[in-house]
Amino acid sequence: MIQEVGTTEQGELVINLGPQHPSTHGVLHLVITLSGETIKKVEPHLGYIHRSIEKMCESLSYRQFIYVTSRMDYLSSHINNHGCALCVEKGMQIEVPARAKVIRVLMDELTRLASHQLWWGAMAMDVGALTPFFHAFREREAINDIMEETCGARLTMNYMVPGGVMADLHPDFPKKVKEFIRFFRTKIDEYDELVTGNVIFKSRMEGIGYLSAESAVSFGCTGPTARGSGVSCDIRKLYPYEVYGQLQFEEVTATGGDCFARYMVRMQEMRQSLSIIEQLIDNIPEGEFQAKTKAVLKLPKGEFYSRVETARGEFGVYIISEGGTTPYRIKFRSPGFSNLSALDHMARGYKIGDLVAIMGTLDLVIPDIDR
Amino acid sequence: MLSIENITHSIDAWLNSLFNPTVVLLVESLIVGLCVISLFAVLGLVLVLMERKVSAYMQIRLGPNRVGPGGSLQTVADTLKLAMKEGLTPDGADKFLFNLAPFVVIVVAMMILAPVAFAKGTQIWDLNIGVLYITAVSSLSVIGILMAGWASNNKYSLLGAMRSGAQIVSYELSAGISVISIVVLTGSLRIQDIIASQQDGWWLFKGHIPALLSFVIFIIAVTAETNRAPFDLAEAESELTAGFHTEYSGMKFALFFLAEYVNIFIVCAIAATLYLGGWMPLHIGHWAGFNRVMDYIPSSLWFMGKTFFLIFVIMWFRWTFPRLRIDQLLNLEWKYLLPISMVNLLLMTLIAIEGWYF
Amino acid sequence: MNKEELKLRLEEQLPPASFEDGAEWTTAIVDPAGWEGFARHLRSDAGLEFDYLFCVTAVDWRTYMTMVYHLTSTIHRHIMVVKVKLDRDRPEIPTVSHIWRTAEFHEREAFDLFGVVFSEHPDLRRLFMTDEWKGWPLRKDYEDPVNMIKL
Repeated sequence: MIQEVGTTEQGELVINLGPQHPSTHGVLHLVITLSGETIKKVEPHLGYIHRSIEKMCESLSYRQFIYVTSRMDYLSSHINNHGCALCVEKGMQIEVPARAKVIRVLMDELTRLASHQLWWGAMAMDVGALTPFFHAFREREAINDIMEETCGARLTMNYMVPGGVMADLHPDFPKKVKEFIRFFRTKIDEYDELVTGNVIFKSRMEGIGYLSAESAVSFGCTGPTARGSGVSCDIRKLYPYEVYGQLQFEEVTATGGDCFARYMVRMQEMRQSLSIIEQLIDNIPEGEFQAKTKAVLKLPKGEFYSRVETARGEFGVYIISEGGTTPYRIKFRSPGFSNLSALDHMARGYKIGDLVAIMGTLDLVIPDIDR
Repeated sequence: MLSIENITHSIDAWLNSLFNPTVVLLVESLIVGLCVISLFAVLGLVLVLMERKVSAYMQIRLGPNRVGPGGSLQTVADTLKLAMKEGLTPDGADKFLFNLAPFVVIVVAMMILAPVAFAKGTQIWDLNIGVLYITAVSSLSVIGILMAGWASNNKYSLLGAMRSGAQIVSYELSAGISVISIVVLTGSLRIQDIIASQQDGWWLFKGHIPALLSFVIFIIAVTAETNRAPFDLAEAESELTAGFHTEYSGMKFALFFLAEYVNIFIVCAIAATLYLGGWMPLHIGHWAGFNRVMDYIPSSLWFMGKTFFLIFVIMWFRWTFPRLRIDQLLNLEWKYLLPISMVNLLLMTLIAIEGWYF
Repeated sequence: MNKEELKLRLEEQLPPASFEDGAEWTTAIVDPAGWEGFARHLRSDAGLEFDYLFCVTAVDWRTYMTMVYHLTSTIHRHIMVVKVKLDRDRPEIPTVSHIWRTAEFHEREAFDLFGVVFSEHPDLRRLFMTDEWKGWPLRKDYEDPVNMIKL
């Protein structure tokens, strides 16, 4: 039952944050118990954007269900689709051509960059610096334009299919991406000067929202949230898929465990993504962009699990198939769900102003959590 | 040359020829009152538009550019809109205080305008304790804010008003001490004396290190006093609510909004008067030729230029820095600014006594 | 440890578990009564140390229900799957939220969508649906004439 807003017997204040709120990045309803300015308990109330995607997918074919996941974590839409395509390919033993693999990885890394850019702008805005938001969106426009030329859309690009990608790259793609890399390299340094080095920003982020490595693992946190506490969990390194095994990049971890550590992990990840794109953009192999598959896909009886690394953490697709044209049960293991469960643990004992900073570093996208 | 002094003298002479002195006094008071109110209105217009344009250009966008040439009539449109909005009074609110609060804030802002010298010979009231009057009257605005927060019958407004009140009262100390350090150099509280003493150079340059330190502390303190970012936690949009003026709508909200911008103008005007010479042009020592050239630019232009430059700097702060938390804010004042400004005052006194300034 | 070694080790340590063949990872099938002890053993045993529960799923097989737990170890980097078969009319299973804290939210989700009751869960109530919702939406026999469209 939802506790009425008011005062508890101990004289603590119970207030609502959301569901409509500029800082919660989606419809998240938090019921916060405060004692003065200190947080005693944070309770998330979910379900405002629950669309029952898992049940919906039970009546969609294996080609159709992939694109519903774009709407889950809309900032990592390519990566989510990639995870679903990988699962179907695992089930049907489809071999993806080399060109398609490289294209997929390129799109994934561009999406990761775009997601981290938006995260940076929104994080700065939550803490009070209102200008970086515009800078982040200006940079993001470049990626959106590149995506629009090849995939046809700017946010939910329905581009991955089981077996490869839906269409070949636009001829301008390598040129535009190279231009973007050159332009963005200077911008990241600018970001560091503008926000990261700022004394006020550091004092709002350092020492706030501590999450130890054991807690991170116990709460099931993945992605930069866990890597900021020193847990090594990058799926691209542990269980390499597509061409990640042959690329040179580092898994970024930090040991601080506080908001600033998570912030630095994401900033460094942006640089690593840039270096991955640089390694691939000149070496896109020629060939088919899609393997030949039947029109109607039927997975054999059994269960299949595939995992990819989205901008938020590990996204898992678990398909249980009975041999038909639609899945029997699909479970999407979304990274935000587990990251959010650690919020209560992280926020206790801090002030209400810190809660906004902590939520910013968790990088929550609520449709991903509610599914 | 057409100067404001000539205009005021000629109006005074004309009125004196028509009426007896008492009536002349009343009529002049009326004229001055009307001028102040219209100055308020024009300032509000200009400053709000300036804020929107400045913030837009810093954020790679254009800002208002449709209403009027280059967007200049935007604030007129906004004020008309606010005037026509329904003014809601919340249910359990203390009606008298709720209605009184915006007027207290506006009246205080108007009163502080009295000793400010806009140009040579243009000052409403040159009282002998000018600076003390300004510091004292500006403290009264806290009452208006607390009234607004209390009378709204809303726990978030009360929280916001309390935070605002604590912030303003704390930062007044540093601002006051900074002001005193210039008074020590000048030896007088009168605004005209302070400006006259900057005849051979502005105090910011003449007073070298202590004056520079005092200037920096003053600017930080007045940014906090007017509740501007990075000290705007009380009205932080991404936190709980809009602070003490949450429950206000329509014309009363417009008054609070206007008072905030006029307050910024006033504190920048004071900073310009104390540190940058007010309406005094830039003179360097006894370089007569250079000073004569500088004198050609009218004094009102000097004053407005300096004030608007400082206003631009304060607006620049808002769109660059993140926000401080309330405990960090108060820490900054009590543990850093206040001790530094007190030591600076001692240093300034030493310099003033020994004559170690230009 | 790889699949076979894991299976051997588990077989020798915990006889009641049976194993499923042909899956990608070692899959153990356990009774609901023995689940909590098995889970505790998986978490604390020095050679196993499955400290990371990364997926909790409930599946409705029409005549019975299954809970599927995917576990991995951040120290040894092995993966295993545990399936627990539940009675469909009264699906009850002990909670593991005191072993892996991520299970708190995941078990609430399984309760909300399937009706599986987790005994001794600290706060078992609906997660996505409103508190007054009747029925278990993700079960195969769930009917909702207002919200579900049959094509």
